[in-house]
Amino acid sequence: MTALISNLDSTLSGAPGYWVLTLLKIALLLFIVLTVNAYLTWFERKVVAFMQTRVGPHRVGPHGLLQPAADGLKFLFKEDVMPGGVDKFVYLLAPFLALTLSLASLAVIPFGPQPLPFHFFGGHQINLWITNPDIGLLILFAITALGVYGVALAGWASNSKYPLLGGLRSSAQMVSYELALTMSVVGVVLMANSFSLTDIINQQDSSKYGLLGWNIFNWHSFPQIVGFFCFLTAAIAETNRVPFDLPEAESELVAGFHTEYSSFKFAMFFIAEYTSMITVSALCTILFFGGWHSPFPDWPSLQFTHYLPSAILLPFGLWVIYDGLKYETIWGRMVLPVIGGIIALIGALLLAGIWIAPLYQGNEFIQAPFWLLLKIFFFLFFYVWARGTLPRFRYDQLMNIGWKLLLPVSIANVIVTAAVVLLRQKV
Amino acid sequence: MSAPLVIFFVLAALAVLGAVSLILQKHPIHSALSLIVVMVALAGLYLLMGAEFVAAVQIIVYGGAIMVLFVFVIMLLNAGEEERTDFSKLAKFGGLPLALALTGLLAATMSRHGASVPNPETPGSLAPTGQISNLLFTTFVFPFELTSFLILVAIMGALVLAQREKG
Repeated sequence: MTALISNLDSTLSGAPGYWVLTLLKIALLLFIVLTVNAYLTWFERKVVAFMQTRVGPHRVGPHGLLQPAADGLKFLFKEDVMPGGVDKFVYLLAPFLALTLSLASLAVIPFGPQPLPFHFFGGHQINLWITNPDIGLLILFAITALGVYGVALAGWASNSKYPLLGGLRSSAQMVSYELALTMSVVGVVLMANSFSLTDIINQQDSSKYGLLGWNIFNWHSFPQIVGFFCFLTAAIAETNRVPFDLPEAESELVAGFHTEYSSFKFAMFFIAEYTSMITVSALCTILFFGGWHSPFPDWPSLQFTHYLPSAILLPFGLWVIYDGLKYETIWGRMVLPVIGGIIALIGALLLAGIWIAPLYQGNEFIQAPFWLLLKIFFFLFFYVWARGTLPRFRYDQLMNIGWKLLLPVSIANVIVTAAVVLLRQKV
Repeated sequence: MSAPLVIFFVLAALAVLGAVSLILQKHPIHSALSLIVVMVALAGLYLLMGAEFVAAVQIIVYGGAIMVLFVFVIMLLNAGEEERTDFSKLAKFGGLPLALALTGLLAATMSRHGASVPNPETPGSLAPTGQISNLLFTTFVFPFELTSFLILVAIMGALVLAQREKG
């Protein structure tokens, strides 16, 4: 399971089915993540619009649901301008690097504990992760460390003032916050005694005391709440999002490092940014919020919480049907009830697990991924929320927060956590 | 040829090409990028040997931190293309023979002892994370602390120099 390359030889020659399945899994994950990315832009625009009492995208498709597709097509068909005097190789390399690295980090994120309850191609089981190495967390940090190059090189290669300033800002910012980012998770690693993401999740078992088992409230060693806030702040800075989006501060730098990029090369930076948002949200969930563990303890009296997925999906689906039937366009009146019907049907099927055994097993199976995805969704909402609420920091404030606040606090957190872990071991 | 061997040759070729390109490139940024290729290819080689932790740290420290600093400084100084000059006499008569001798020595050593390098069966068996940290904090704690102290001194020296320039 932990094979990276070393036992590749046996795998390569042994099972072609395994390879086909893994490639299919990668393709499926990329498809899902890119679609989620597209709808994340829609979600962001809708939520920010709601916060500013606007309507948001509303014209393309019912409730603007086809807006991401329209944006994508527009990116594809726009003229691809390459400014004069750019360093061609580096100019083309930068968006490619940014996108590849951010997508690559998805490979080590586990989405559920059990393999799919089917067997494929003679006994192969499908786990809900691409790979699960012992050093998953370190691989993520390695990819983050390389991620700086996409932005820095884009700024440099554009041969233009504002992108260069944006690139310089962002490399200084990302190098500064990487320290706090890495230090803030050391507490979690100490408690789990492992760099493996699945080990870290399994250690935050919530079956006894519910969400008190999560690292952020972990009462049987040291609550990582300080580490969590350091991590969250540093991670938002690391993904160059509001309120730390100085590399692309439009009031000062036009658009920062991607000013000179147009058409699909700009879209690549855009997709990279949203993919890192998903990765960071998944990491917050996995490291501090118990990963796929439910916030409820595993007591018989709380078994009903297993029907929470249907309790969310069924009313939401019914509401979409109701809302769709009175939508102003015919197209919307046709499409929205169908979408709502599908969502409600899934919810109803999960609820039917009370009476039907196979559906019950299906409902049990989706518990873990459901909680993981719900928490990831919460953090994605948090990103948008922060964007709708907070003003941008000044550059000196940004550096002060990184070096004089986050770094000392996260180092103190490491020392205290290490002491507590050591004391608990001795007793 | 077995799959690990193919991967080894690909990574090794990448590392050598990166190193050659590091010297031949005219622009400092291109040289720095070539060096990053070398670092990442080396990390891949460590991974191939089953030293997962070392590979990740290689990318985080060398590929990430140090090379980002290089690129950052080159960008900040806005260094332009460099002109190519002829070999200096010292390089021609001292450097080239010495480099050839070193290559020959390395090749001879490797061809004699190359077969005795163990090929780990399971990942992480060559250098598991726990074992590395145990070694660092027990057997090699003195050199480890000494290195940390050296780095601390270097950081303080850099701070003092930067402050003096300001005042």
